[in-house]
Amino acid sequence: MKDLITLNVFRYQPEKSKEPTYQEYEIPYHKDWVILDALNYIKDQIDGSLTYRWSCRMGVCGSCGMMVNGKPVLTCATFLESYTPGPIRIEPLENFPVIRDLVIDMSDFLEKLKKVKPWIIRKDVGSEDREYLQTPSQLADYKQYSMCINCMLCYAACPVYGLEPEFIGPAALALAQRYNMDSRDEGKNQRMKALSHDTGIWQCTFVGDCSAVCPKNVDPAGAIQRYKVEGASNWWKTLLLPYASKD
Amino acid sequence: MSIVQCDVLIIGAGGAGLRAAIAVSEANPQLKIGIVSKVYPMRSHTVSAEGGAAAVIKEDDSLEHHAYDTISGGDWLSDQDAVELFVNQAPKEMIRLEHWGCPWSREQNGTVAVRPFGGMKMKRTWFAADKTGFHLLHTLFQTTLKHENLLRFDEWFVTRLLVEDNRCQGAIALEIATGKMTAIKAKSTIICTGGAGKVFPFTTNAAIKTGDGMAVAYRAGIPLKDMEFVQYHPTGLPFTGILITEAARAEGGYLLNKDEYRYLQDYDLGKPSSKPVLRSMELGPRDRLSQAFVKEQEKGRTYEGEYGHFVHLDIRHLGEKIINSKLPFVRELCIKYENLDPVKEKIPVRPVVHYMMGGIDTNIEAETVLPGLYAAGECACVSINGANRLGSNSLTELLVFGAIAGRNAANYATQQNGFSKGLEAQYKNEANRIEQNFLKKKEGKVKIADIRKAMNNTLEAGAGIYRTETSLKKSQEDIQELKERFKYIKMDDSSITFNTELIAALELSCMLDVAEAVIQSGLHRRESRGSHQRTDFPNRDDEKFLTHSLAYQKEDGPPDIKFKPVTITKWAPGERIYGR
Repeated sequence: MKDLITLNVFRYQPEKSKEPTYQEYEIPYHKDWVILDALNYIKDQIDGSLTYRWSCRMGVCGSCGMMVNGKPVLTCATFLESYTPGPIRIEPLENFPVIRDLVIDMSDFLEKLKKVKPWIIRKDVGSEDREYLQTPSQLADYKQYSMCINCMLCYAACPVYGLEPEFIGPAALALAQRYNMDSRDEGKNQRMKALSHDTGIWQCTFVGDCSAVCPKNVDPAGAIQRYKVEGASNWWKTLLLPYASKD
Repeated sequence: MSIVQCDVLIIGAGGAGLRAAIAVSEANPQLKIGIVSKVYPMRSHTVSAEGGAAAVIKEDDSLEHHAYDTISGGDWLSDQDAVELFVNQAPKEMIRLEHWGCPWSREQNGTVAVRPFGGMKMKRTWFAADKTGFHLLHTLFQTTLKHENLLRFDEWFVTRLLVEDNRCQGAIALEIATGKMTAIKAKSTIICTGGAGKVFPFTTNAAIKTGDGMAVAYRAGIPLKDMEFVQYHPTGLPFTGILITEAARAEGGYLLNKDEYRYLQDYDLGKPSSKPVLRSMELGPRDRLSQAFVKEQEKGRTYEGEYGHFVHLDIRHLGEKIINSKLPFVRELCIKYENLDPVKEKIPVRPVVHYMMGGIDTNIEAETVLPGLYAAGECACVSINGANRLGSNSLTELLVFGAIAGRNAANYATQQNGFSKGLEAQYKNEANRIEQNFLKKKEGKVKIADIRKAMNNTLEAGAGIYRTETSLKKSQEDIQELKERFKYIKMDDSSITFNTELIAALELSCMLDVAEAVIQSGLHRRESRGSHQRTDFPNRDDEKFLTHSLAYQKEDGPPDIKFKPVTITKWAPGERIYGR
C-alpha cells in the first residue's frame, strides 16, 4: 500500500459561504512531489473545484505562492518531503484579500508597480544601431534587484504591509532601486519624488522578513535601507538647496 | 450584455503581445489598445526561456550567416523572404530591448556579450545569464507600464473571435475572477498566445501552453500551418520536464550515454573535441540530437530510470565559476528540483517537447488570411523556423514579428470606421454556449484529467519523435473519439468566481483541436524533414514536399490538409551538414 499524506487546505467559496473553512484531503505521498503536484492531484482526481494559480512549475513565473504551514513559499519549489509526516496546512498568501480558495487579489501590487516608474528614463534615447555600453561591474550593481519574479511572498511576509496597505512594499521598492542603480538610467529623482510621501518606508524596521522569504535572493530589505539613506539625504538637500535644479 | 471597444486588441501578454502593444502605441499614441491575457503578463511562458536571443551584432558575423544557419537548421522549409526580414530586423529589435533596460550579459568593454548556440555557425546569441526570457519579459512588461493608452484585461480568457463581414472585429472573453463574458470589439486583433506543448505528456511548457489562440483562429476558418513540426529539446530533466538550456552545451557541456561515451559522434554530427565547436556535436540542431537519443535508446545505451530512459549532460569540467556566472539557473534548477549539484554531478536528461514550429498561417506582414487578424510569436507560423527551429531564434522572432504585427494592426485599425451589426448575436450565442456546455452541465461523467491524459499519451505514442502512417492514424482515431467523449465531461465546479475548472475544460477543447491538426498534417507529409521523422518515409522529398501544410478545420472529423509552396530566395535546398 502506498503512503498517504494529509493536506489541510483553506477553502473560501464566496458564492457558498461568507466564512472560510478548511478541507482535508488525503493524497498519495511521493518523495518527488512538490506541494503543487499534490494540489494538482486533488484538482484532477478528487475535487475539481479546488482553486489556485500555477503555471511554469520551475520557480520563475511567480504564480504559485501560498502559505504552507504558515510560511510564504512557492509551492512548485517546496517538496512534500520537507513536511512529512504531515498534515500540511495550505493557505492563501497573507495580507491580501482572497478571491477564492488559494487565489489572492494582487491588483493593488500592479497599481503600485506603475508608481515607481519601472522603466528606463533618460533624456537622450541613443542611436538605434548601437547598444548603450554597460560594463559587467555596472551590471552587477543592480542585477540582484532585477531578479524579482513578482511572486508576492515578500508582501505576505511584510509586517508593515499587513498594517498599512498604502505601503508601496518590498518588491516595488526593490524594482525602483533596480532602475535607479542601472547606469543607463537617469530617472532616480523622479522615482524618489514618487516615493517621498510613502510613510510605510519609514516604518520598515529592517526586520528583513521580506529578504528571508524571497526565493530569488533579491534582498528587498537591503534595497529599502539604501532608499532610506538616500531619501534622507535628499530631504536635507531640499532644505539646504531649495532653488537647486531638480529634474 | 457587456461590451468594451478598443482600436487594437492583443490576445496574449507574453513577449510577442507586449512587443506588439508597444509597437501599436508608438505607431499611433491615440489608439486605444486592449491586451487580454489569461494570466498576469509576467506569468506568461516567455518567462521560462533560458539560453538567449540571436541577432547579428559582432564584426565577424553577417546577416547572410544567420540566414543560412536558420534555413539549413529548418531543413529548407523556412520561407526565405521571412528569414531575410527576420535577420535584418533582429539586431535593431535587440538594441531597442537593450535601450529599454534588458540586463544583457556584457563583455569587459561594455558591449553586449554573445554565446554560441546549437546550429549557429557564429557566436550571436545575446543572453542575460540563463534567464533571458525572464528578463526580456519583465523588461517589456515594465516598459509597457509607461504607455497610458494600454488597457489590460489581466486574467481574462478569450473563448472565440468576433468575425463579421469577412473581417475580425475583436473577441469574446471571459473575466476569470467574475465569470462575466464581454464582447471586446476591436478594429484589428493580434493573437500572441504562444505554443501548445501541453498536448504532449512530457514537455518543458508551462501549464498555460494549451494552444488557445491557435484553436480560436482554427475555429474561425484560418488554417494552421506546418503543425506536424514539433520540437523536442534534447535536454529536459526526467519527471518534471524542466528545461536545461542549450547554453549548458554551448558553454561546453557533454552528452554522455551510459558507457560515458559522447554518442553524438555516431550520428554524423562531427568528432568530439574538448572545447565546443560551432555547428558540431553537442552544438548540432535540436531535432538531430533528440533523434540520436532515440537511436541510443534502441541500442540499449541509455539509462533506464523511474521516469523513462535518460542520458547524462556533464558540465562539471566547466567549473563552479563559469557555472555560477553563465549558468546559474541550471544550477538552481538542478539543486532545487533534481537534488543534485551540477558542479559535482552529471545531470540526467532526456528529450522533451519544447516548441511548435507550426501555428496560425501568416505572411511576413504577420497578417492572416482574415482581414484585421494578425498573429505573432510561437502561436504563428511565418515561417522562419521551417521544420526545426534553432535555439535562440524564438525570442528574437517574437520581438521582430510582434513589432511588425503591432505596426500593421495599428495601421489597419486607423483605416476602419465602426463595427458590423450582428456581433451582439455572436456574443449571446457564445455566452449561452459557455453556460449550457460547462457551467450548467449536469449529466457529465468523464473527468477532464482522464481525457487530457489519454490525449497526451496518444500524441506521444503516435506523433512523437518518430512516426508512421499506422501510428498517426491510430492517434487521430483516438483524438476524434476523445472529442466525442469531451461532450460528456463532468464539471465539479459551477461557480462563476475564478472557476479554474471551466478554464481547464476550455483549454482542453483547444488542445484537442490543435492535436488533430498536428496528427493530420503529419499523416499527409509522407517524407522525413527536420523534426518530422516518418520511419515509413525516411528521406526528405523536395519534389513533393518542399511545401507548407495547411490544416483547415471541418465541421466533423479531422481537418482538410492543403499545401502551399515554400518561398526560396537565394538558398537552394541542400544537405544539412553538421560537424564536417
